[in-house]
Amino acid sequence: MVDKVLTANRLSDGISVWLDAAGNWVESLQDAFVARHAEAVAALEATGKTAFADNKVVDVNVIDIEEVNGVLRPLRLRERVRAEGPTIEYAPGYKGLTGPVHAA
Amino acid sequence: MYRYDEFDHAFVHDRVEQFRDQVTRRLSGELAEDAFKPLRLMNGVYLQLHAYMLRVAIPYGTLNSKQMRMLAHIARKYDRGYGHFTTRQNIQYNWPKLSDTPDILADLASVEMHAIQTSGNCIRNVTADHFAGAAADEVADPRPYAEILRQWSSVHPEFSFLPRKFKIAVTGAERDRAAIQVHDIGLHLKKNDKGEIGFAVYVGGGQGRTPMIAKKIRDFLPEEDLLSYTTAIMRVYNLHGRRDNKYKARIKILVHETGAEELARQVDVEFADLKNTELKLPDTDIQAISSYFALPALSERPEGWANLARWKKADEGFARWIDQNVQPHSHPDYGMVTISLKPIGGIPGDASDAQMDLVADIAEEYAFDEIRVSHEQNLILPHVALADLEAVYRGLVSSGLATANAGLITDIIACPGLDYCALANARSIPLSQEISTRFGDPARQAEIGELKIKISGCINACGHHHVGHIGLLGVEKKGAELYQITLGGSGDENTSIGEIIGRGFEPEKVTDAIETIVETYLGLRNDPSEIFLEAYRRVGPQPFKDALYGSTAAAA
Repeated sequence: MVDKVLTANRLSDGISVWLDAAGNWVESLQDAFVARHAEAVAALEATGKTAFADNKVVDVNVIDIEEVNGVLRPLRLRERVRAEGPTIEYAPGYKGLTGPVHAA
Repeated sequence: MYRYDEFDHAFVHDRVEQFRDQVTRRLSGELAEDAFKPLRLMNGVYLQLHAYMLRVAIPYGTLNSKQMRMLAHIARKYDRGYGHFTTRQNIQYNWPKLSDTPDILADLASVEMHAIQTSGNCIRNVTADHFAGAAADEVADPRPYAEILRQWSSVHPEFSFLPRKFKIAVTGAERDRAAIQVHDIGLHLKKNDKGEIGFAVYVGGGQGRTPMIAKKIRDFLPEEDLLSYTTAIMRVYNLHGRRDNKYKARIKILVHETGAEELARQVDVEFADLKNTELKLPDTDIQAISSYFALPALSERPEGWANLARWKKADEGFARWIDQNVQPHSHPDYGMVTISLKPIGGIPGDASDAQMDLVADIAEEYAFDEIRVSHEQNLILPHVALADLEAVYRGLVSSGLATANAGLITDIIACPGLDYCALANARSIPLSQEISTRFGDPARQAEIGELKIKISGCINACGHHHVGHIGLLGVEKKGAELYQITLGGSGDENTSIGEIIGRGFEPEKVTDAIETIVETYLGLRNDPSEIFLEAYRRVGPQPFKDALYGSTAAAA
């Protein structure tokens, strides 16, 4: 089974967040709780529905990830961009994703 | 420009307070997302990949210095110090907090701006030629009519829940700088043999997944019938437009499936009922609105001619900027200045708060307080005396706003793409930056001449790739980005939809492919005056296919 994490956008400011093992919504994918079997995924999905219903987050999704050398990495580019921020230097001082992100 | 009256002020203020209440109830949990989402969209608030996004309407791309300073203030106070000017002459902020949006809208209302109808299945911001009211080739100023349409369409009860979004564009010159033939309704302002003002009416154009060129259904509609005839079109669309499939819900599909002739007949039936109703525009009303858009009092400034020649001789960079970014004004002592938001290697359409403030200062001092946003994601100062161009240029240079590339290969349109947009499949901005950097040498750009590259990160075509001389469409294939190239598109008075040239290219190969296309063009053009589009129309796709894929490649 592909590893999965739960992601959403925080209601108040829309910032991308991930669910950690303590049930908190955190701003770093690297702190996310990784579901590695079906029961854990089911728990993530249930937590997501509850959090959405509780008006804490919106756009809740379970996404596929892989762990490479201890670093969590979404399989889809879309989710990598969500996790790392825009890949461009959009404002003075901002550095986007470093390194190539083309690879699937 | 148009100024709010007391009713406008009261309406926009009330709308802000209504939205403030809705946001408060949403944050408290009283309103669920399903109920709130359509309400926030009606006020221009989207949810994108990283944050909310607020799209602010700039009616027909016209604003003054005070408004531009407010846009800068919002970028600084509520966002991350910049804004993104769009292909619909609006501005988007990429990082606003939902909890701040009522305050942002209140700040906007204080300078007569809002975000109403920048989303949803309604009539969106009416767009117009960015040189309106200034261009030497203009028959009449399209902005009064765009403003009349704006007022008529704002929270129009009959047209607030259309089958799909609806876009109207107006141009006032033979040279179409508003891309009217790729809009739901395109209006070409013209004069008839008697010298009367009216419109050629085009219906059913659009880009997206099914690009179509609009059909002309009226050659000359008297100006007094503008609202009654537009209402007739809207009624036919509202009644017969498809609501069963959002991908077939735009009026272009209705026109295609019904046939332009039959649709025009149906519109005429509605029009017959509406023609002599309260929708008929009295000349006094047209004149009243037109008075808001009167040309500023432009004094004679003949000294500019001699000065300009001298300055150009002394400064090659200035000379290049004048030749590329300044267009003829209806007054011979003045010019129309394009402020490029396409610095070499930069992000198309982005401007920092400091840059917005600077443009506001320059507009106030040298350009009669008028600024425009072009659908090509640049800013325009429509009235600048030739005698003041050197001072304007010096001011712009200091902030990286004097790139001399209007209409050239680095003047690229790009949608936000996958760096921001929840709908995108591929990134647009990094590609535009790479192409811009590759072709950034001024001499090379000049040698290539007019060439419009437009990039979209998904099939919705916000980056107008279908009408790019070279269009790039980003798709996702097997989890990776891939870019289709189209050639031969154009969004002017001779609109054409670009043709897919062949199989797509991986991101790291796109710029090389563009270079191959450009070199092929340079090798086959008749002479430097034959621009890329003309050469493509003359020779067709085959030489470019051969260059990209090899001469033995099957025509794709």
